[in-house]
Amino acid sequence: MSEHVLPKKLYFVIFASLIVLTAITTGAAFIDLGPFNTVVALVIAVCKASLVVLFFMHLKYQTGMTRVVILAALLWLAVLIGITMSDVFTRHWTEKGAPWQHSSAILPGEPTGSTVLQLQDRG
Amino acid sequence: MSAVAVEVEAPTMPEVHYLNADYGWRSWLFTTDHKRIAWLYLFAITGFFAVGGLMATLMRLNLVEPTGALMEPASYNKLFTAHGLIMIFFFLAPSIPTVLGNFLIPIMIGARDVAFPKLNLLSWYIFMLAGSVFMFSVIRGGVDTGWTLYTPLSTTYANGNVLSAAVGIFISGFSSILTGLNFMVTIHKMRAPRMTWFRLPLFIWALYATSVIFVLAMPVIAITLALIALERIFHVGIFDPALGGDPILFQHLFWFFGHPEVYILILPSMGVVSELVAAGCRKRVFGYSFVAFSSVSIAAISFMVWGHHMFLTGQSVYAGFVFSALSFAVAIPSAIKVFNWTATMHKASVSYDTPMLYAIGFIGLFTIGGLTGLFLASLGTDVHLHDTYFVVAHFHYVMVGGAIMGYLGGMHLWWPKMTGKLYPEAWARFACLLVFAGFNLTFGPQFILGYLGMPRRYAVYPAEFQVLNVMSSAGASILALGYLIPLIYFTWSAFKGPVAGPNPWGAKGLEWTIPSPPPTNNFDETPVVEEAYAYGPEEAHVG
Amino acid sequence: MGLRRLTLADGHDSAALVAHQFDDFEQQTQADTFGMWLFLATEVLFFGGLFCGYALYRNLYFEAFTAGSHLLKIKYGASYTVLLICSSLTMALGVRSAQLRRQTALTVYVVLTWIMGFAFVYVKLRYEWYGDYLEGLVPGLNFAPRGESLDMIHHFHATVPHVGLFFIFYFVMTGVHALHMVIGLGLLTTLLIFAKQGKVTKGNFLWVELVGLYWHFVDIVWIFLFPLLYLIGGRYV
Repeated sequence: MSEHVLPKKLYFVIFASLIVLTAITTGAAFIDLGPFNTVVALVIAVCKASLVVLFFMHLKYQTGMTRVVILAALLWLAVLIGITMSDVFTRHWTEKGAPWQHSSAILPGEPTGSTVLQLQDRG
Repeated sequence: MSAVAVEVEAPTMPEVHYLNADYGWRSWLFTTDHKRIAWLYLFAITGFFAVGGLMATLMRLNLVEPTGALMEPASYNKLFTAHGLIMIFFFLAPSIPTVLGNFLIPIMIGARDVAFPKLNLLSWYIFMLAGSVFMFSVIRGGVDTGWTLYTPLSTTYANGNVLSAAVGIFISGFSSILTGLNFMVTIHKMRAPRMTWFRLPLFIWALYATSVIFVLAMPVIAITLALIALERIFHVGIFDPALGGDPILFQHLFWFFGHPEVYILILPSMGVVSELVAAGCRKRVFGYSFVAFSSVSIAAISFMVWGHHMFLTGQSVYAGFVFSALSFAVAIPSAIKVFNWTATMHKASVSYDTPMLYAIGFIGLFTIGGLTGLFLASLGTDVHLHDTYFVVAHFHYVMVGGAIMGYLGGMHLWWPKMTGKLYPEAWARFACLLVFAGFNLTFGPQFILGYLGMPRRYAVYPAEFQVLNVMSSAGASILALGYLIPLIYFTWSAFKGPVAGPNPWGAKGLEWTIPSPPPTNNFDETPVVEEAYAYGPEEAHVG
Repeated sequence: MGLRRLTLADGHDSAALVAHQFDDFEQQTQADTFGMWLFLATEVLFFGGLFCGYALYRNLYFEAFTAGSHLLKIKYGASYTVLLICSSLTMALGVRSAQLRRQTALTVYVVLTWIMGFAFVYVKLRYEWYGDYLEGLVPGLNFAPRGESLDMIHHFHATVPHVGLFFIFYFVMTGVHALHMVIGLGLLTTLLIFAKQGKVTKGNFLWVELVGLYWHFVDIVWIFLFPLLYLIGGRYV
């Protein structure tokens, strides 16, 4: 495939953007944004990674198949992390009940955390 | 061999071909010819199959007595662990991809070699290194955790050979990743002119899907094994509950690889069966695009079902619902293939040569294996069947009744191409029947044993299960004989068999247009590509 | 911004550069590039397993992970990030020099990249990790936080074993990353040797692009490691 030679200026612009984004992400850590600290940090990381992939790694000028490869890898990683985390997040639902089960008709009083007791209660 | 309508002259071997183009051990150990590399792998995996088979023999001999006829449970545990790891990583996973895949992929797509021939050779050396390290761990005494290496047993309580076994498997993973990568690039970039995706043989589709799984799944087992190794060396608590670790994390990481791995084991075999059925029926595979897409969708969905191995481990029941539903979904593309193969056979003039016999065996036995998988995919029934012999029977039906029969069928179909010689058909059919009978006698009773409650991975069992166990062990001896006989006649035929000629089966496909054995560069001129399985009415024959 | 299209016809004998299994230079280039991207995809999953474990434990033990993160020094993390971004720039400029057949420029840029990569590994091992060791923060070796470290842990209501889990992931993730950096240094060295022999500028400049892809990937991994390890829970406390 014919090579695309990018102008030096473009590389320096991307470089400067990456440095600026690094400064922002570091600076933002010192500001109390509550749970959004994580969100901001990850969003900035994704932006930086995208700049590197698209311009330094020339993905912007590659065939569609290359994009499919990267997207597939990221998608499968999302499947791994996503479904594993869904297990972690919903494990306690059987003991303490799923969110839609929190009504006094089903679980009399506070959830006791004992599975055996609750099975008997539900009859 | 079945009669062909017109035979003008006796088939001949080409004077120069890839086997005699160069002599000496250097020409083999430093070869970059994909066909020679296929032979290197063939010898390696056959050796590993013998070792794994020996372990199975010892296990079945032990299970003849309820109190264990041969050994202590500690030794038995090491046997089934080694049997599993060897058979999966050093026999089944490489078998079709590295032997038949290496040999056939470039030829079937009309290329001179794979995309990265030197990398291909490197893959073999890495594989041999991995096998050596792993056998070292076996010789040192072996591991007793089961092939799944569950924590905290493997990290905290098991013996010291876990590390060397894990390293061996880790290295073999690299070999597989590089092979998968090589195949994917080859199939994408090196097809002959006019060889579009939908003119490719279905074997190529299946191997492509397998390669995708290699590339995406193997890195995860690699990092998981690295974490086990770290935990063993530094005694850190990544998976140790006492230090806050979660053993279920290990299982998630392991089975995220582990389930796609079993599709690595079956997909290539399905690809072979497509070829066997097309050649045996001299007919285009029914629903070509459905079969092609089913290979890809099996690869995709296989990554989302891993939790069905973990229903009883403390995993969230709600996650279990999702995994169960998706596990039912993944059966659909496999069923589509079975229907399409059967439809191909419908109203075809089928020649019951050995390759076709293995294909028919595959279709029947894989269907049984697949259907019994549904019992395990259902949460309710899995509560009773998990960790029983039902599971053992299920996966042996798909892995042995399915994958290995596909492998043997492929070896028989393409042996004339690889060696230029014909194997003795009568002996081959006899061996095939022995394999079929022995296999069913070995593993059929195990479904009943599991249903009755006999747990797996136990060296001893309650006395009332003895009859079924003895039946199973008897079947195993017949199966072993069935596997031994091809070893003998294949070797004999390589030297003394009759010459095969370029196309003894009258089959369609680029591999049958070149001489047997092929020249080193496969094609002397750019091949002419036609539709896949372009059998016309004149190809259908009587008999 | 204008792009120059460069073809092999720029005065070079293409046949000699094409391996026997390929039909032409174009096919070889496409195959090599696709192969490298596929390899990077496997690396995504390789590191991904670690990120999965990290995600699980960070959710289970958020206080411990916050405490552990505060025990790391931002000055290291931030400087590594800047260093790697600079090295990515020089690597990209090196690739560009190879495309334009400028051997001297290529050599200079690769050497600069190498120096920065080496600085990364050296500072990490000699100063940051050794410092962690002196403070008793290395699980498996001497994990026993004391003094200010212990205060920090208590401040976030975390338990010592769980902070130990954080540090396991910190060392494993940055360690595997550093290992990839070292491999990258080896690749750069090989590239320098080839460049000196003229093999790159007169021959196949694709090697530079492939090494560059690897190097940028390792940079991207660090782009995620920095906030996920050093900036958990914010530094406003």
